[in-house]
Amino acid sequence: MDLDTVAEWSRYVVVVATLGYLASWLAYCAEAGIHSRRRRALATAAAPERELLGVTSSVAADAPAQAPSGPSGPGDAELVQRADRLGRIGLGLFGLATLALAVGVVMRGLGTERAPWANMYEFSITGALVASIVFLVLARTVVGRVVAVWAVLLIFMTVGLAATFLYVSPGPVQPALQSYWLVVHVGCAVIAFGLFTVGAVVSGLQIVSERAADRGRTTGFGASLPDSAALDRLGYRLTAIAFPIWTFGPLILGAIWAEVSWGRFWGWDPKEVWALITWLAYAAYLHARATAGWKGSKASVVALVGYATVLFSYFGVNILFNGLHSYGGL
Amino acid sequence: MTTGMDTRPPVDNRPPPLNGLELARWAWRQLTSMRVALILLFLLAVAAIPGSIIPQSDVNPLNVRDFRARNPTLSEWYDRIGLFDVYSAPWFAAIYLALMVSLVGCILPRLWQHWKAARAQPPKAPRRLTRMPAYRKVEVDATPDEVLAVARAELRSRRFRLRRPAEGEADSVAAEIGHLRETGNLLFHLSVVVVLLAVALGGLFSYRATVLVPEGAGFSNQVIQFDSLSAGALFDTDDLPPFSMDIDQFRMEFVEAGNQLGQPAEYEATVTVVPEPGAAPETHTIRVNEPLTIDGTSIHIINPGYAPAFTVRAADGETILAEGPVPFLPEDTSFTSTGVVKVEVPPEYGDDIGIQGSFLPTAYLDQNGPRSVFPGARNPEVYLTAWHGDLGLDDGQSQSVYRLDTTDMEQYEADGEPFRSRMAVGDTAQLPDGRYITFDGYVTWVNLQVGRNSGRELALVGGVLAVVGLMGSLYVRRRRAWVRASVGAEGRTVVEVAGLHRAEGSAGDRLVDEIGAITDGLLLRLGGAEGKLED
Repeated sequence: MDLDTVAEWSRYVVVVATLGYLASWLAYCAEAGIHSRRRRALATAAAPERELLGVTSSVAADAPAQAPSGPSGPGDAELVQRADRLGRIGLGLFGLATLALAVGVVMRGLGTERAPWANMYEFSITGALVASIVFLVLARTVVGRVVAVWAVLLIFMTVGLAATFLYVSPGPVQPALQSYWLVVHVGCAVIAFGLFTVGAVVSGLQIVSERAADRGRTTGFGASLPDSAALDRLGYRLTAIAFPIWTFGPLILGAIWAEVSWGRFWGWDPKEVWALITWLAYAAYLHARATAGWKGSKASVVALVGYATVLFSYFGVNILFNGLHSYGGL
Repeated sequence: MTTGMDTRPPVDNRPPPLNGLELARWAWRQLTSMRVALILLFLLAVAAIPGSIIPQSDVNPLNVRDFRARNPTLSEWYDRIGLFDVYSAPWFAAIYLALMVSLVGCILPRLWQHWKAARAQPPKAPRRLTRMPAYRKVEVDATPDEVLAVARAELRSRRFRLRRPAEGEADSVAAEIGHLRETGNLLFHLSVVVVLLAVALGGLFSYRATVLVPEGAGFSNQVIQFDSLSAGALFDTDDLPPFSMDIDQFRMEFVEAGNQLGQPAEYEATVTVVPEPGAAPETHTIRVNEPLTIDGTSIHIINPGYAPAFTVRAADGETILAEGPVPFLPEDTSFTSTGVVKVEVPPEYGDDIGIQGSFLPTAYLDQNGPRSVFPGARNPEVYLTAWHGDLGLDDGQSQSVYRLDTTDMEQYEADGEPFRSRMAVGDTAQLPDGRYITFDGYVTWVNLQVGRNSGRELALVGGVLAVVGLMGSLYVRRRRAWVRASVGAEGRTVVEVAGLHRAEGSAGDRLVDEIGAITDGLLLRLGGAEGKLED
């Protein structure tokens, strides 16, 4: 099997990983579904007088028959067991899919004999791998378990998009990219991209969780989320790791490479502009969080704006603009 | 911009008195407040967007020209608000200058505060340690003085700074750690200022020129030799290092097969450099990611092309009117290149000749006409037509070397059709008036960028320090610890250990862990597990 074949075959491995992520997501959804049924039953059991008044009759009709005596009943224990089993299956599939994706990324790298992040396809699968690993590490915590459902969906979409619309056949890269700077500069961008992605999911959930808490919800999606302060802290920590990496890789190393390759360290190329915009947006997030009155969901909104600029610097600039960074291969 | 602790008094909400000084102070406070810094950060981000969408004259002047041609009215409006030069527009400068002032205005007082804080004693232990977010209590047999001595050793080994006990504080030890957080924060912000200054001041002394050189030719580093030059306001042409350079060989390689057929694989120039007049020549190679640096000036490969070589002879077939390679400009990724050859002819040999042609490195002809299908020169051919008359080179007006001014010229005709010729290497065509054009072959050319970016080293140092400072300000946690020892009711010594974190975003559990670890360390130093945990 020659190298090109290895690189071509990596696509099929990536497709397998994509299906794995889908299966994992479905398992997680089933788990979340059972939990939400339990919470509804719990709410119903906790408010029997209201039920008598007929206010929550529709909720009562939805409540599972096997949980008539509230969360402590035998039916409930069985439900918890089932949910836990589904959760474990979801996590297992998540792990397997990540392993498959890692194999696919490594095969692509071996087959093309370079760091596998030289075009949008490669950047997407490697970025998704980074995000998967971060999520898998987080999945050991309570907060991380809840976040995982959404993480898997996002990773599934990214990898699916990569294997279909963004796919580029393996091949060498143009002279400007034949440099070890590709490994560090784009490598840092991939890692920061993955971390920002995880952070954005956490920030989004933080907003939902805070809203639900503000309205005193006990059922529904918002109530199923961890404490909004915990999500806020987690989102901050992820950004606090990603932000220096973004400063160092895309901006500083990018400037050094630009000086070496193009003879100027800053030239307002669209990619440079958007990397700076992203940096400014996340700088605003860090400042917002340090400002009284901006903690919590307001800061999370700033983080989401920051992530929108990350997505635009990646997809928007590669697809819409024709600058010096036109390496997407589309 | 204040991150971390904001120890300033809250901004007064009452309307400010109409006193000039008061107003100025109020405005200064507003400008240096975090809220305004936040707004300015966002404003700068938003202001940078149009420059990535609308073509910029200092990034891609050709696109600006095209845009102007397509949207003349819109371009007028764009010009009025500087949308073709966003990054040097006054409104853009206003935003980042305001941000700079806000930053400096916030940093300077904080530098002073931090200087004082770093030299100040850690605060004494609060009366009720139980109220602290992390708290542990143990009982030991050692005397309070022994316990406190050990506590000092333990905290010192954890690199806490200890308070010098004053009168009436003999029962406790107070310590603090994590001043590096604020140090890092200040270092980061100061470094950002350094980077901005390095870029701004460096830009004043920088220059960037381009020069197109065919293989076998050369240039010397003088303004007159450049095709284009942009330089900072304080750049002096006398600063140009006096080197000269010949391109001995310029090699282009392309992907020969597979689905990336025709993609560039490598560009490499072999050059001979004379660093200064009279010096010994040196041979170097320049590749895309490997520029050559001579005396602070870097030489980069920007883009390549082909220069077909022609010989134009008079009707006698002997007298050479012009010869040599002429750079043609590539129009697509397969290097279908177009250009013109201007031949000024002495009057005795007829009028001037202007040749307009396409050079196709790998020519292919089908119903869509001739074109190149591969950028490498596998089957080089030239398709040309020609004009005669007056080229207008003598009337003093500058002309593009890539365009033919045909106002005073007439196209050659053959059999009632415009004259055309398709030539392979070595072919000779006879013009309708009897003169000859020979396609001798081709050489490659390379467009080099010659320039110096002053201030880049300073900007790099600033950037690296910024990241170091950033990491300090994000990862160092500032926290205080206290140990109090007193004789309890049963005669044993009660030891209280408490902690308080003052850092943004710290989770309480880490502090609890740390206070636990300090307590354990204390007990270990006191001689093993003699202590008894109470709560």
